Amino acid sequence: MSNRVVIVLKALVHIACLAPIAWLIFHLIENTLGPDPTHAAAFFTGRGTLRLLVITLAITPVRKLVPKLGWIIRFRRMMGLYAFFYACLHLLTYVWLYSGFSLAAMIDDISQRKFITAGLAAWFLMLPLALTSTAWSIRKLGGKNWNRLHRLVYVAAISGVIHYWWGVKQGVRTPLTITVALCIVLAARPVLAWAKRQSAAEVPAERSI
Amino acid sequence: MLIRKSDPNAIPSSEITPRSVYMNRRTFMAAGALGAAALAADRFLLAMAPEPVQADTKLATVPSPLSAKGLTPTSFYDITHYNNFYEFGPNKDDPARYAGRLKTRPWTVEVDGLVKKKKVFDIDALLKLRPLEDRVYRFRCVEAWSMVIPWVGYSLSELIKQCEPLSSAKYVQFTSVDRPGQEPGISEVNLDWPYTEGLRMDEAMHPLTMLTLGLYGQLLPNQDGAPVRVVVPWKYGFKSAKSIVKVKFVKDQPGTTWNEMASYTYGFYSNVNPNVDHTEWSQKTQRVIGAPFWKQLEPTLMFNGYGDQVASLYKGMDLNKYF
Repeated sequence: MSNRVVIVLKALVHIACLAPIAWLIFHLIENTLGPDPTHAAAFFTGRGTLRLLVITLAITPVRKLVPKLGWIIRFRRMMGLYAFFYACLHLLTYVWLYSGFSLAAMIDDISQRKFITAGLAAWFLMLPLALTSTAWSIRKLGGKNWNRLHRLVYVAAISGVIHYWWGVKQGVRTPLTITVALCIVLAARPVLAWAKRQSAAEVPAERSI
Repeated sequence: MLIRKSDPNAIPSSEITPRSVYMNRRTFMAAGALGAAALAADRFLLAMAPEPVQADTKLATVPSPLSAKGLTPTSFYDITHYNNFYEFGPNKDDPARYAGRLKTRPWTVEVDGLVKKKKVFDIDALLKLRPLEDRVYRFRCVEAWSMVIPWVGYSLSELIKQCEPLSSAKYVQFTSVDRPGQEPGISEVNLDWPYTEGLRMDEAMHPLTMLTLGLYGQLLPNQDGAPVRVVVPWKYGFKSAKSIVKVKFVKDQPGTTWNEMASYTYGFYSNVNPNVDHTEWSQKTQRVIGAPFWKQLEPTLMFNGYGDQVASLYKGMDLNKYF
């Protein structure tokens, strides 16, 4: 893939990730987000975080499955950082709109409510990943350590989905789609590794014939 | 009173939405921002969904001294499109989509149990039993959101008096309609149907407790509990049983749906109380439905602001224990 095409595609990804935020802010100011704008903003940013996380996590298995698409690795950091950006906005809706910046209210919530705890845990797990997203960090940590650290993204995504399920009422199944999507991109890793081992094992077997 | 059920020439409820709301919707539809198209599609689907049919249902009403003063009612659109009514599904927009399936005529309310006069009231008899009053009440959902709703009806005590409950009657139980064929949520949501609620006798007899037949000067829209419901403004919304078919006077505290589902967080009393949290969220604050985001958060009022009238009902009771 030529550099020029990648640059154009990156510009399009920036627009695709930022336009929904512009849309959200516009409708928040106009108060046209429906009966409960606080909930709408929290839902919009939370759902966006999980979608972006799943897209980020889909990049590696897609590359392995379709070697021709190897170049999409150049979008992984960007998608991960946008996932964190959405997570920050989501946290802001909680700190500002739900808690009115009241520290006492937040401490109360975090200690008593598991769905808040799970959400906050997911955000804290993403924080070191965002901070070590630079090329300098990779060099400093060494590729092996950096990779190990960034496996936290699996835990963050799972916490995020648990937070979603705990946050909706009993009987509401809206988190199902994203849960299935996350399961697929996570399960693809061991499945692809297993398939690779199988084919690697088959090659010498064929030779010996 | 003549009530036409599905007159094809009738004005749908959507036409009665306040002008300001309507204008808002227009600007919002016209807004060219990215994503508006997606939302417009959403609105389109909503328009395609079966909307509850509302006939020409203007009611003759009188003002009430029990109406809260200085409150701006929530828009008709929000009151009819943001509902918890699990008989029609667990989502807020399910009732607006599916409640039209419920046939609210003919309708009777059976009064049973420890009363001298067991009676069956026809809905038309209930509409004529007492003059219909306009009462603007605060409404507080247990999920920490609030509205201001201009209900139409009269004190439930008026109905109770007519049935002459025995002195052994200490509680009243309300049963909501249970028609899986007309209420898709009943087979979807795992609750112990039919929905039941209950009040202590003195709570049921309190003048603020309403037998409610309308809102915004018209018959109740289906998604708000048509054709007749209870409204108890100092308690969380789920205590105000919707679409009731039975009122039963009993000796012992009756089972109530949410209390039986999760008694650790949904108490029998469920008075609005900022000091007793739900297990999943705080009750210290609430979000005003329809307000812009920077004005949504407000403190919860003890007894939803009706303390002067109702606090005496609970004198000497530990409200942390009897929540």
